[in-house]
Amino acid sequence: MSTTLRFKIDGKEIIAEPGQTIVEAARANGVYIPTLCNFEGLPPKGCCRMCTVKLNKRYMTACTTPVADGMEVESNTPEINDFRKGIVELLFVSGNHFCPACEKSGNCELQALAYRFRMLVPRFPYLFPQKGIDASSPKLIKEQNRCIMCKRCIKAIKDEEGRSYFAYQNRGNKLEVILDEKLGKEISDALARKAMDTCPVGSIIYKELGYYQPIGKRKYDKKPIGSDIEIQQ
Amino acid sequence: MEKKIIATTSLAGCFGCHMSFLDIDERILDLIELVEFNKSPINDIKTFTKQVDIGIIEGGCCNSENIEILKSFRENCNVLVSLGECAIMGGLPALRNGIPIEECLKEAYLDGPTVRENKQKILPNNEELPMLLDNVYPCHEIVKIDYFLPGCPPRADLIWDALVALVTGDEMKLPYEVIKFD
Repeated sequence: MSTTLRFKIDGKEIIAEPGQTIVEAARANGVYIPTLCNFEGLPPKGCCRMCTVKLNKRYMTACTTPVADGMEVESNTPEINDFRKGIVELLFVSGNHFCPACEKSGNCELQALAYRFRMLVPRFPYLFPQKGIDASSPKLIKEQNRCIMCKRCIKAIKDEEGRSYFAYQNRGNKLEVILDEKLGKEISDALARKAMDTCPVGSIIYKELGYYQPIGKRKYDKKPIGSDIEIQQ
Repeated sequence: MEKKIIATTSLAGCFGCHMSFLDIDERILDLIELVEFNKSPINDIKTFTKQVDIGIIEGGCCNSENIEILKSFRENCNVLVSLGECAIMGGLPALRNGIPIEECLKEAYLDGPTVRENKQKILPNNEELPMLLDNVYPCHEIVKIDYFLPGCPPRADLIWDALVALVTGDEMKLPYEVIKFD
């Protein structure tokens, strides 16, 4: 029995292993499917819908859908890219994303996706919600204005006993990701830095680091997000 | 070819976008061959003297004067361009959105750590002064804006590309390196 599967993304043949998700298989074959809440090494959640693809006339999240032999996936089409751009725009208007004042600017995945999709202005009205900043931890700042509720920090940043340092608080439009008060005071240096790197936006900031990279040398200054995957081919 | 006419203004902005405009350096000599400036802080013409082809707006709207100027730009310009983050999303001034005006004024004129000589505890309220709006608004939420050039400030190359395209009628190129939000 063969252990490889073959399917197509936008007509390009992809060779995959059983158990892979569409995003993983695409990545291994040099096809970039934009993701945001997905993080390598963490179980996929499919909550941001950035990786939406069209499969069998239905919209699916490519980060949670396992590959199957012979399936035909539509990903890089004007229609789907406009959905994705719309998601980025919604995230921009539903928070307070002041890029010029953000430490993560240039290394921010949300901003990079906006660049990639050529977002000049969101099509939705700005909400300017009222959010706070929690700087009580000696190592970290939790900046709620920039949080996109992707849950990456909740899944990734845990102590030896498996307790998450971050958690959801409240519900609906009051939903927030907070840093646990007690655990946040004891967080180790390495874990605090990992928390900042796990955050796709500038919501978790390692203290006293500031703007550590000059403009022009940051991750997404010259090359769009995903170009490292696409170059492989 | 008849010269296109340009007008510019800075609303609730810091003039950084205008400075970046001047960063096109010696290309400004080419620009002068292509365009004529009307109302603009660059030549200090205060009022519109004719219909303008391209109006460039820096800054969002934080007070009644901004709204008035923006509306006069819409009336007098065929094409309006939002230049920079403040015009597009309110920018730094929009950090006050959600904080009551009274609280903002008290912090600035009465209770702030750098306030010294305001013994009579006066808040500015002369009728000559423009009224502050409840929030800082992006320009496209007040009038129709035709083009958006993001950046804080927008790169000089972006401004140059966009201006040349608008003047000559070509399509804007807008390469990846010049579209930045910071």
